[in-house]
Amino acid sequence: MIADLIGWLTNPEHWHGSEGVPAQTLLHLYYCVVSVGIAMLIAIPLGLYIGHTGRGGTVVVGASNALRALPTLGLVTMLVLIFGLGEAPALAGLVILAIPAILSGTHAGIDSVPTEIVDAAKGMGMTPAQRLWQVELPNALPLLIGGVRSAMLQVVATATVAAYVGLGGLGRILLNGLAINDYAQMAAAAMFIALLAVAVDLVLAGISRLMVPRGLVLIAEANRAGN
Amino acid sequence: MIEELLHFFASPGYREMVLTLLGEHVYLSLVPLVLGVLVALPFGRLAQRHRQLRGPLLGAASIFYTLPSLALFVLIPGVLGTPLLSPVNVVLALTLYTAALLVRPVLDALESVPGHITAAATAMGYRPWRRFATVELPLATPVLISAVRVASVSNISLVSVGAVIGIGGLGGLFTDGFQNDHMAEIVVGIVLTLLLALVVDLLLVWLWRLLTPWSRVDKVVSEP
Repeated sequence: MIADLIGWLTNPEHWHGSEGVPAQTLLHLYYCVVSVGIAMLIAIPLGLYIGHTGRGGTVVVGASNALRALPTLGLVTMLVLIFGLGEAPALAGLVILAIPAILSGTHAGIDSVPTEIVDAAKGMGMTPAQRLWQVELPNALPLLIGGVRSAMLQVVATATVAAYVGLGGLGRILLNGLAINDYAQMAAAAMFIALLAVAVDLVLAGISRLMVPRGLVLIAEANRAGN
Repeated sequence: MIEELLHFFASPGYREMVLTLLGEHVYLSLVPLVLGVLVALPFGRLAQRHRQLRGPLLGAASIFYTLPSLALFVLIPGVLGTPLLSPVNVVLALTLYTAALLVRPVLDALESVPGHITAAATAMGYRPWRRFATVELPLATPVLISAVRVASVSNISLVSVGAVIGIGGLGGLFTDGFQNDHMAEIVVGIVLTLLLALVVDLLLVWLWRLLTPWSRVDKVVSEP
């Protein structure tokens, strides 16, 4: 088993060209970044609006909980049957999947900002827009980025499944291995998918560390030390 | 579409297939849920008692939770030597997920039990194990169950991913419907998955009420 896997991994054929591991990894990553990017463009403004005005919060929370139960494979196969085979419907499935996590992260982030902080900003004479950009958004960042992280993980996993309806990427290598009954190839693909998920999550964790305001980090550390 | 659906339900062969797949789905999602809780409890307890284990345990849990399910379904047979199409792979992968998801809530739930209560139990002569089983665990139930509800929903939705490689309960309706260009099958699969998630969630809420009778008493007492 291990020998087969090493054999597959060390075969230079699997590392070159458009079907090779590097090309498919990049393609996988490309789908993920594009669909999470589109989802962010839709979900973050919506989440900020809902969080800032306090309207529609229950709907958002309810909808994102319900979407958690929606089976990925069912959603993707259905969209492809409706809109025809191709990358666009599969990518649309990924975007739909990514929206709830980012939306509820953004909303929860704004919602978690203590009212006394918002009131203080009001008392200092900040306009609603200033409050949103200078007070609420920075304070909401940890939860917002947490939402993006969990959306990204779901999308990395789902892009794998979407190979079933014609998307390229690492899932393609896995399913090709299944089709020719080559377990070594499936295992190698599965390993790269797992590594990609961990790597992407680490990068986002790093970005989160860079972006979250220092004051919030210090408060969290102080709370942890106090426990 | 409607016609297709009616045709689908009129055929006894389809009905039987759907029931079999539903049964499989229940098995593949709920067995891991129970096993995952059983695995998470001792680890959560360890993390509570030994602070130096907390970081590594929570870190390992979050790494497991990061791995895509399809990758786990494929890698587990390589590690264990089980056949690729064995349901054991799905059960194990989802058990790992459930446990990984629950370690932190178990820890939080146990920490939510007020110190004076455990101290009182100790003073009454409860040995650590009995105190854990009869005092701390019941009081930790509310926090724990809400995490179990999340895990149950995500398990039920994840099982169908296995259909891509040929094991996955209701997911079979998605792959079959896709190959035969048969939308009704996919819709039935999605609706049944959502219904199953809803029913299991209601059962968990009911279980929660059953396990925490005092929370109802509190409510009655605090009402004016």
